Amino acid sequence: CGFRISPREPCTYIKDSDSSPVEYRASPQRLLTQSTLHRNSILSSFCTEENVQECLFHITQELASLGLSPVGTGCERHSELDVVAVLNCMNDLIQLHRRELRTLENMEVEQLKSNSSIDYLQITSTQLKEQLELSKRENTGLLERERQLQLKVKSLENHLKNEKEESEHNMIFSLSCKNFRILLRTELAKSKVEQHLWKTDKTEARHEGEMYKTLLNDYDNRQRELLLENAELKKVLENMKKDMVSILKTKKTKEESDDEDIFDATKERVELFSDDAREKLTNGIRLQWRKLKSHVERLDNQASLVDISARSNKDSVSRETHEEEMHKLRLEIQQCKDYIRMQQQLLQRQLSSPCDEEVTSLLNNCYMQQEKERLKGDWKTLEEQRKIFDRERGNFTEAAIRLSHERKVFEENRALWLKHQFLNSSPFPDSSKPQISRLGRKVTARQISFCAVTLQCHLVYRLKYSQVPVVRWANQKIIFNRLCSHTVV
Amino acid sequence: MNFSEVFKQSNQLCKVSPDGKYLATCVQYRLVVRDVATLQILQLYTCLDQVSHMEWSSDSQFILCAMYKRGLVQVWSLEQPDWHCKIDEGSIGLVASRWSPDGRHVLNTTEFSLRITVWSLCTKAVSYIKYPKACQKGLDFSRDGCYMALAERRDCKDYVSIFVCDDWHLLRHFETETQDLAGVEWSPNGCVLAVWESCLEYKVLLYSLDGRLLSTYSAYEWSLGIKSVSWSPSSQFLAIGSYDEMVRILNHITWKTVAQFQHPSSINNTKAVVYKEVEKRPAVSEDLSIHNISMGSTLFSTQSKYEIFLPPVHLPVVKPDPERANPKIGISSLAFSSDSRYLATKNDSMASVVWVWDMQKMSLAAVLEQTAPVRCFQWDPRQARLAMCTGNNKLYLWSPAGCVAVQVPAEGGFQVQSLSWHSSGDSLILLGKDHLCLCYMETEQEDKVL
Repeated sequence: CGFRISPREPCTYIKDSDSSPVEYRASPQRLLTQSTLHRNSILSSFCTEENVQECLFHITQELASLGLSPVGTGCERHSELDVVAVLNCMNDLIQLHRRELRTLENMEVEQLKSNSSIDYLQITSTQLKEQLELSKRENTGLLERERQLQLKVKSLENHLKNEKEESEHNMIFSLSCKNFRILLRTELAKSKVEQHLWKTDKTEARHEGEMYKTLLNDYDNRQRELLLENAELKKVLENMKKDMVSILKTKKTKEESDDEDIFDATKERVELFSDDAREKLTNGIRLQWRKLKSHVERLDNQASLVDISARSNKDSVSRETHEEEMHKLRLEIQQCKDYIRMQQQLLQRQLSSPCDEEVTSLLNNCYMQQEKERLKGDWKTLEEQRKIFDRERGNFTEAAIRLSHERKVFEENRALWLKHQFLNSSPFPDSSKPQISRLGRKVTARQISFCAVTLQCHLVYRLKYSQVPVVRWANQKIIFNRLCSHTVV
Repeated sequence: MNFSEVFKQSNQLCKVSPDGKYLATCVQYRLVVRDVATLQILQLYTCLDQVSHMEWSSDSQFILCAMYKRGLVQVWSLEQPDWHCKIDEGSIGLVASRWSPDGRHVLNTTEFSLRITVWSLCTKAVSYIKYPKACQKGLDFSRDGCYMALAERRDCKDYVSIFVCDDWHLLRHFETETQDLAGVEWSPNGCVLAVWESCLEYKVLLYSLDGRLLSTYSAYEWSLGIKSVSWSPSSQFLAIGSYDEMVRILNHITWKTVAQFQHPSSINNTKAVVYKEVEKRPAVSEDLSIHNISMGSTLFSTQSKYEIFLPPVHLPVVKPDPERANPKIGISSLAFSSDSRYLATKNDSMASVVWVWDMQKMSLAAVLEQTAPVRCFQWDPRQARLAMCTGNNKLYLWSPAGCVAVQVPAEGGFQVQSLSWHSSGDSLILLGKDHLCLCYMETEQEDKVL
């Protein structure tokens, strides 16, 4: 088992594979045990019974290299261990070892310290790095801000420049604006430009008021127009009715036409703004229209009869045109009727009063009743008057006949008297007869005139103080005048 | 009939002042103001960009020029040409600009109809109106200039706000019973507001000035509805043109129909007069004498005159494409004459035919068939006379007495794209693509061709 050790190398050598490497970081105590272990292991294998001399020689060399006194005495081969020297050597060695250990400890402590300081430094360095990062970022941020502010400053400067320019212009503008405003106030005082009015309740109320005024004006205008339109349409209807009546009048007898005339006369006085009157009007128109229609149909039949008898081209054509015209007239009348109905509906809607239907119908009935009774009374009086008139007429005719008789007699007497006169006319005046006859004639004439006068007075008395209406009076006067004209005295 | 010389204009911007004295035209970025009688240039203004919209103020003192791309509005004064006014909407953009009735406020509608800015020219104050609705006709001023009706849309609901134009005070604000309000229009007497739905539903609502719902009218369901609406000048009638090719007339008392006018493709029994424009090209082969050739433009232009046709008459119909949006069918144009006696209508499926209805008899009075689709028609503001143009070089006039076709004598051909009457009824302004021309009517009776 030989192993070579160079004297310069420090004694850190590991021999066996099973010996563990020495950890110099371990604690001194551990180190000691390890070193003892180490020592034991080395000692156990280093020196044996055989190689004592060599070991001794080797140890002496080692000690020499370490600077210690040799331990063995004697020569090279047969050297013997000096116990004292060996002990001293051992003690020196131990001291050395201890010293080494202590330095090792110190070194380890130093190393720990340095390690911890390194750690500390590392931590601080990372912190500082972070701080540095932060501050760098802040710096860039500040730089950026500075740049923006500079830009802003530039733009504000520009703005200021512009404002300065504008203000120069505005001086002119405000001046011209003043003129402008003066223009406004003087020329356009009517266009309501009052910008400095606060929005108070007053202005709001004013606006509301104006708005409602406009609406009301509009409604008033509309209502006025509608009323005018209605009045016009009613007039048109009235005229239409009159026209129809007049058309039919010429074909009917006097009696019927008289009745209708009287009816119309009374109606013209009636107010045409009540439902009653409107209904009367429309009913009247319907009645007239029906009469007209029947009349036209009669004419048609007559015309067709005439056609059948005539049978010429011209007639047929004229008949066609006549029919066309009739058709057109019918259409127009139908349209008028529809229009009237529509107007009536509108009017009813407009003027409908909020009273009960029952009440109105009742009222209508009452009015109807009253009207009926009045009508009856009127009819009675009319009948009476008619009778009186008939009687009077009879009297008049009798009187007329009597008068005519008397006239005839008078004429005959006169003729006789004339004849007598003529025959008895002589150059000798001695007649009493003619006197008598003259007197007779005078008496008869006077009698007639007296008769006529008394008759007249009688008539006047009768007519004046009787209850005969004016129309009858007029008619009777006419008749009497006619009668009187016959009795010329 | 005299024609003036031809002047340049751009963008069809040519308007006569309300007082009838001046004519303003835009040529690119310039605004030219002329005297109407002499056509002398009185003022010349330069705007910052090409003008998109130009409008006179109601008192004829100021002109508004709007440049939508730049978001700018410039106002010029006629009396003081040195006076400048520039309204800049900035980044919010500008899609519409108009005067208020008093002529001292400008209403700008910003992009996407986000708001309406009211600029006061007197106090330089600004007011904002929020949530205006972007629709066919979302804003209308009453004729007396007192009230403004504005359609608004908030939270998916339609509202109408009525403002007093004095101080822009909100008078009434009410919700309308519509799904998608398409337009508002005041009656000429200012007491009734007509509100109509979009074409997906036929519905017209009539509101009183104080916000009460007077009546609702719906002619039919489940089909395309209202296309155009027009009030008669007397406020008696409201004419509604719809996609079913019919016009319904509502009366102002009951708000129910008094008449329904149909536009059939074949006219049979009618008392109306049917005029048809007949073109007669001059026969070139016949006489090629120097005299004829030297006539110049008249040789190669077509003369046309009207002929009366007796019913039955068949009108040319163009069937609309059902696949495309905005089908060309239905009554798109309605116009009442100034005395409310006549109503002129145009059915898009028979675009070359104009129908004139007599409002007293409620029946068809005349049918005018042209050779090309009618582009524009307008009634004379003083009498019952209708002027039309079809995009060719002729001007057509109809009156109850008869019908006449007049060629516009301009070198190089003048295609009349639109026209407008002067307020006095004495002259017409004819606008071509890039030019304009004035036509002076004769004061005595015109000769009628038929």
